[in-house]
Amino acid sequence: MIKHVIALLLLIGLGAVFAGLMVGYTPDTVLNYTANYYAEQTASEVGAANIVTAIIVTYRGLDTLGEVTVLFLTAAIIALVLKRDRQPGFEAQHGWPPSGELLHTGSRLLVPLVLLLGVYVFVKGHLSPGGGFQGGAIVASSVLLMLLTDPLRRFSHRLIAVIESGSGLAYVGIGFIGLLLGGGFLDNRILPLGSLGDMFSAGAIPVIYSLIGLKVGAEFSSMMVNLSETEEQ
Amino acid sequence: MVYIAMLTGFILILMGLYGALTNRNILRMIVFFTLANTGTNVVLVSIGYMMGRKAPILDNAVPAAEAVARIIDPVPQALVLTAIVIGLGITALMLAYAYKLYELKRSLDISKCRELKW
Amino acid sequence: MSPLLLTMSVLLAAAMIVAGIVTIRARTISIAILASGAVSLFASVMFLLLAAPDVAMTEAAIGSGLTTFLFFFVLGRIRSGNYD
Repeated sequence: MIKHVIALLLLIGLGAVFAGLMVGYTPDTVLNYTANYYAEQTASEVGAANIVTAIIVTYRGLDTLGEVTVLFLTAAIIALVLKRDRQPGFEAQHGWPPSGELLHTGSRLLVPLVLLLGVYVFVKGHLSPGGGFQGGAIVASSVLLMLLTDPLRRFSHRLIAVIESGSGLAYVGIGFIGLLLGGGFLDNRILPLGSLGDMFSAGAIPVIYSLIGLKVGAEFSSMMVNLSETEEQ
Repeated sequence: MVYIAMLTGFILILMGLYGALTNRNILRMIVFFTLANTGTNVVLVSIGYMMGRKAPILDNAVPAAEAVARIIDPVPQALVLTAIVIGLGITALMLAYAYKLYELKRSLDISKCRELKW
Repeated sequence: MSPLLLTMSVLLAAAMIVAGIVTIRARTISIAILASGAVSLFASVMFLLLAAPDVAMTEAAIGSGLTTFLFFFVLGRIRSGNYD
């Protein structure tokens, strides 16, 4: 009981801090200095119609590289923590009933469509809402659908690892090409900027975001496959 | 509307922290951490919102020349996008450790983990 | 500020808080996980009203979709043992 009281007291203090923040907050009416720069210069400097994408991929590209690295480390740590000696053929005799015909047919119909949607979302990330992280999550959810249909299905860890590390290497490689040909690490002006709003515009942003999408999709898939493959012994 | 969203976010943070502090089941604690995470994201996005402006995407409705007067602040949105993705990574990591702990102790109750208690 | 937008945001805020209370009061973990997924889903609609479509997509795909399934994967492994 005393624990609840202490927790409540702590939360009341925190709530007072939040209330103070809310009372003292007045919404801006004009953009602040940084946002003003992004709003003015994105169209001419980066050429991406979606300013959030321009910030994530180009202006703050190094942060995104770090973020993808953090995700990779998470997937690696999960694989390490849940690692166990897998005996082939042992798991197949689990007592689960097979999933029905309806689920199988439905997932066979839906998986390619979901994959296509994911690819569409990360290829058009510089024009419309969406991008590598959302597209990667949608690609991973198609893997999730396959896992739900057949919990005993085994995915090729080697294929996931090759996609993951290959796109990561290509991402860093494009960064270094930007250092050589453009204005700095991960500069997108190594390809022509094109006109604002076209499919092939914004320089290297579609390429970089597609690579991020593949990498994020592979990382999320590997997390889910690892969590789903840990059987009770 | 900014104030409504901000208030909701703060309430969600407080709810999440209350649940995480008063529960002893480790899986429930992780659920409440994701609740607090969502609340933080709502607060951050609501700070970037400005009345009567559009999303930061340039098209026919928002030409590049008028962008400064027509769009909202894109920086908090980029920040929150990162935060959501990392949030899933953190949740997955916590779940993996919770599962490992369960395998070791055969229980989800954290009051049974006394090795580091003094 | 149009009254429609205001009404929708008030309704969404109420739905999020109710789902949060359901998360706290839930008797089983499954209900708590589903309710917190619902909070994420309402939050993604709220992001759309706050003119942040990118964040709304991310929250709907990641926060509400994948997180919930990760929880259920782990819960399914733990089911056989004792849990409250």
